[in-house]
Amino acid sequence: MTLGFTLAYLALIVLIPLTGLVLRSASLGFPGFWHVATDPRTVNALKISFGTSLIAAVINVIFGVIVAWVLVRYRFPGRRIVDAIVDLPFALPTAVAGIALTALYSRNGWIGHWLDLIGIKVAFTPIGITIALIFIGLPFVVRTVQPVMEEIRKEVEEAAATLGANRFQTITRVLLPGLQPAILTGFALAFARAVGEYGSVIFIAGNLPYVSEIAPLLIVIRLEEFDYAGATAIATIMLLISFFMLFVINLIQAWSRRRYGYGA
Amino acid sequence: MDVRVSGVRKEFDRFPALHDVSLDINSGELIALLGPSGSGKTTLLRLIAGLETPTEGKVFFGDEDASLKSVQERNVGFVFQHYALFRHMTVIDNVGFGLKVRPGSSRPSKDEIRRRSSELLDFVQLSGLEKRYPAQLSGGQRQRVALARAMAIEPRVLLLDEPFGALDAKVRKELRRWLREIHDKTKHTTVFVTHDQDEALELADRVVVMSQGRIEQIGTPDEVYDRPNSPFVYSFIGESSSIEVQVKNGELWLDGQALSISSDRPDGEGLLYFRPHDVDLIEDSNGGIAGTVVASRRVGATRRIELRIAGVTDHVEIEIPADHPATETSRIAFRPKHWRVFPKS
Repeated sequence: MTLGFTLAYLALIVLIPLTGLVLRSASLGFPGFWHVATDPRTVNALKISFGTSLIAAVINVIFGVIVAWVLVRYRFPGRRIVDAIVDLPFALPTAVAGIALTALYSRNGWIGHWLDLIGIKVAFTPIGITIALIFIGLPFVVRTVQPVMEEIRKEVEEAAATLGANRFQTITRVLLPGLQPAILTGFALAFARAVGEYGSVIFIAGNLPYVSEIAPLLIVIRLEEFDYAGATAIATIMLLISFFMLFVINLIQAWSRRRYGYGA
Repeated sequence: MDVRVSGVRKEFDRFPALHDVSLDINSGELIALLGPSGSGKTTLLRLIAGLETPTEGKVFFGDEDASLKSVQERNVGFVFQHYALFRHMTVIDNVGFGLKVRPGSSRPSKDEIRRRSSELLDFVQLSGLEKRYPAQLSGGQRQRVALARAMAIEPRVLLLDEPFGALDAKVRKELRRWLREIHDKTKHTTVFVTHDQDEALELADRVVVMSQGRIEQIGTPDEVYDRPNSPFVYSFIGESSSIEVQVKNGELWLDGQALSISSDRPDGEGLLYFRPHDVDLIEDSNGGIAGTVVASRRVGATRRIELRIAGVTDHVEIEIPADHPATETSRIAFRPKHWRVFPKS
């Protein structure tokens, strides 16, 4: 009964729209699909989308874990406010975030001005895209890692210390391996969100074809040209790559769950 | 390794947890820190381990001042109430952890670590479970792993914080006996914290009774049970009854009557403490303490009665043979076989 419900719901909300997507792109026929897939502009857009998303997710994992650690382990004035700020990228309309980041990082913006002096251009380059993706992805890592971290008993660290482990060994051999499943989940969520992100990126990206044009934007451009089949073809490729990556991450998680004998 | 705690005081945020505690632990001894919660027993244990630093005072391992050393350098085996096993490591990796994190020069080879770990698992009767993860073990098994892990580093002293506190009663009794056997074989200097007097009396060579951040009494199980040196120890370990009395010329008086019980306390008000089961029943009005039975309960092999005694506010409990004819409202007189009088505080 519950299985039936789950399947019906999944089909209605997820599978049917995605099937429609794939069917629509199939109208191109394989040669047409292949033509879209190998078009240099498409390839570049996909490279930029997945490349910047990957970098942003990795950076988010590193700093997200640190932010979560600080929020869990330290008591300081304003901790609750910082805790609430972490969620802001969830709530803020992404376009607002994009405009704000562009204002900050453009050549005459507060931060972009100084970066420009040392020769780093952020706005209208893949670096800018990455920064926008870091911004929107951070809460995913923090919010998945934080509850698991809260469950780590101080005793486990103390046990490691009495056994002679120094701080570095305690972190790398005891704490991080215990958090690995949660960190992977956070990574997957931040990455998936970044791949599909549109609103915040298009303002800061500058959208130069072959340089700073992301795949979701290319889809919109094709739509505006009434090239629905072309748009769905790009979308199908994105879908396949994303599905493959998330599937691999899921496999790793299932494997580690089995190993540790508890849920991620 | 002898362990000496000398004049240690500990405050948490100005709140005193230990006041001027000193304790000598002999090499190879099994010592119990016994007290109610909040008595400071766990704090004392953690101070010995180096998990807390004393506000004042020092801890010596042998002649060496351990207060100057970090937890890592102290080389103590610590066993936590909730095991604190590393859940992403197999049982054997848990046991070998302490050896693996040693710096290069003193770290045994991989094979050596594996060999020693499985020897220890054998010793704690867990051979065959090497490849399991902690989540796949029972509570008792987890605590055995924790003990093997603590012993793997060849600790100078073993410290156990309520080691059986999270286990059910049956496993607890088994592990208690087993820990004693382990101690007799290894002769590690061992300190364990407990709030369970049976555990402390059965297991320890000496018992340290603590209350409100102070040591009340240190002694063998016989000493603390038979000769408690304070009202607290009297009432915390075993059963006790107390009666407010007057001391006059080395004799105890109650409600204007001499009880023919002697005391070496100076004249004044005092509290008479005795064990309810450790009394002689005597003929009424022949000295002794007389009262009216107000309640009677069968407790195991004996009968426990409550007496209302003239001049005493609270009812007093004593134990009498189960076949004693006394019923409610009968009069009974008794005299404790062993007793102590403490000044009325």
